[in-house]
Amino acid sequence: MRVSLFITCLVDQLWPSVGASAVEVLRRAGCEVVFDERQTCCGQPAFNTGYRNEARRLARRFIEIFEDGGADAIVSPSGSCTAMVHHFHELFGDDEAWCKRAEALAARTYEFGAFLVNVLGVDDVGASFKGPVTWHDACHGLRDLGVREEPRRLLRNVRGAEFVELPNADACCGFGGTFSVKYPEISVAILDNKIDAIEKAGVRAVVSGDASCLMQINGRLTRNNSSVRAMHLAELLASHE
Amino acid sequence: MQHPTSETFDRNAREALEDVQLRGALRNLATTFGERRKLAILTVEDWEGLRERARASKDETLAHLDKYLKAFAENAERAGAQIHWASDGAEACRVVLDLIRERGATRVVKSKSMATEEIHLNAALEAEGLAPVETDLGEWIIQLAHETPSHIVVPAIHKSKRQIAELFAEKVGVPPTDDVAVLTGAARRILRQSFAEAEVGISGVNFGVAETGTILILENEGNARLTTSLPRTHIAVMGIEKVIPRLEDLDMFLKLLPRSGTGQQLTAYQSLITGTKRRAEDEGPEELHIVLMDNGRSRMLAHPVTRQSLACIRCGACLNACPVYQQVGGHAYGSVYPGPIGAVITPQLSGLRTNAQLPYASSLCGACREVCPVKIDIPELLLHLRAEVTEGTAAGTADQRGPVKSRPLERLAFKLYARAWASPTLYLWGARVARVLQRLVVRDGRIGRVGGLMAKLAPPLAAWTEWRDAPPLAPRTFREQWREEHKG
Repeated sequence: MRVSLFITCLVDQLWPSVGASAVEVLRRAGCEVVFDERQTCCGQPAFNTGYRNEARRLARRFIEIFEDGGADAIVSPSGSCTAMVHHFHELFGDDEAWCKRAEALAARTYEFGAFLVNVLGVDDVGASFKGPVTWHDACHGLRDLGVREEPRRLLRNVRGAEFVELPNADACCGFGGTFSVKYPEISVAILDNKIDAIEKAGVRAVVSGDASCLMQINGRLTRNNSSVRAMHLAELLASHE
Repeated sequence: MQHPTSETFDRNAREALEDVQLRGALRNLATTFGERRKLAILTVEDWEGLRERARASKDETLAHLDKYLKAFAENAERAGAQIHWASDGAEACRVVLDLIRERGATRVVKSKSMATEEIHLNAALEAEGLAPVETDLGEWIIQLAHETPSHIVVPAIHKSKRQIAELFAEKVGVPPTDDVAVLTGAARRILRQSFAEAEVGISGVNFGVAETGTILILENEGNARLTTSLPRTHIAVMGIEKVIPRLEDLDMFLKLLPRSGTGQQLTAYQSLITGTKRRAEDEGPEELHIVLMDNGRSRMLAHPVTRQSLACIRCGACLNACPVYQQVGGHAYGSVYPGPIGAVITPQLSGLRTNAQLPYASSLCGACREVCPVKIDIPELLLHLRAEVTEGTAAGTADQRGPVKSRPLERLAFKLYARAWASPTLYLWGARVARVLQRLVVRDGRIGRVGGLMAKLAPPLAAWTEWRDAPPLAPRTFREQWREEHKG
């Protein structure tokens, strides 16, 4: 299985180790991983803030780069960016040609955890991690892509890590893209509900599939000098403690 | 009394977040209604199928709204009701006022109706010297307090028992007490008197059945039953989108609405009113007037994307599920329709120009879409409205001319982002430059609170770091690492 990595701008610039971990795990699961260096961004920030022309420009570029990379699947360590690809067709209105291309590409674009479990049929990647962990359902991954059971199955098979279900795991972390800085007080109020639940769960790490949620959650955890780590699913699955 | 408007949503929200009592009330609402809803939907076999069918029914009705409205009006008239058409809120208020005046009536009772809140009917009647009495307990409470409802279904949810007790003590002389039974007993006694004296009863309509001309009213308290049966004249104000095709369609809507809104399998009362009494000696009003109100709905209907917001059955589930509503409550939205559905329909009813913040008052989490009994895709509608804000088109909303105020700096930022990130070279060089610049703010491997000049130059960074650390850009991007590792 040939996988083309859709790294996402957040992972590329802020947490490249998540990208490296994702590549390692995919290879361990038997995939050949390629990386097209022309990729930049899926355009989600523009789309979500209402700048559709800008989003369309980036979407076209994305489609052109990825549609004939010769890969069987495009895999991304981000539920929201994967969901954006699945929404590309909304940017093309009556343009049937572009809509078809967008839909064809979306059909083989997967979120990382869902890809491992649903496409590769793998739910144990031989990872090990010491200590209890919990999972935060990122909104787009959960509600747009239906990713819920897959990461939980993967986490339950991590040796040494006791999986604890977080109360209201599917409650939003409050990020919401530009919402986090347009309405920061509300964003943080929503976040603090999540932080309370995480602290009460007594875990060593909170894991999620979306770097944006992790940025929001981790930002508050470190500001609070918490002992809890926020980790990406790929990082945890690449771990060999 | 000055009510907060949606133009100051950001300030309203900040004030709401400081209100400890409000936040406690909202936390209760979210937990209680959320849990009850989850349990209630388990009592329906194939909940998802039910939602699909209800949405399909709404879509079909909206696609032929004129036909169904015509049938509703004809059948209602055949049963003895009188139909009035009001193109907007002002006309609807005038129709109601004229009906009251023509009958020489002065004593008016009301049951809960969001449509009448939408058009500020009470204010219009009070301006003409009338004193309509709200009889739904929550509506009566906010009427006494001179406030607007903060929730579509439970209008006084923002008030604590203590606040209500103090209100009753001040306004109607009930000795202060925390005992809910005593408070509701006092309300019942006082409102009973209003019912007994009332000459006109004004209600809303939950569903209007085209097949029979029947109006259905749902409630738990019994006040709507009294409002619509004791007075001589009953006036029902109905948004035109409330019509459904057949009596049997009520089965699915009655399964969906109470479970979604309050977690009840059914409300305590469902009143089906078809025209007027058949025989003079029967009990009930002499006259039934149904005011079919447009007030922007046919304009919303014309727009292919936002049309689905007319499927709303006003259950309130989206408010209960919304993380933003849960934190700031309804008054912050500055509209009688708050929360997710409010953020979508308020700009359409009252214009995007004065409600331009509302589509952005959301983290787009999608919880609303998940709980909506008729599967309205609220996040899609919010994104659509955001595009209208930035493009200044405002199509399908109440703005007749001129674009919404643009945000030049934000617009410029996104244009630059799209241009730069359409080029891998610019993208990479942008990262390199940013990595150098960030040395100004990175300490101990993270970006802490950014203030001073830096905050002025980069307001989003200041807004983020006020409460949260920001991660620094990594020393090398993933692609730079990959390139290194795959050289040669």
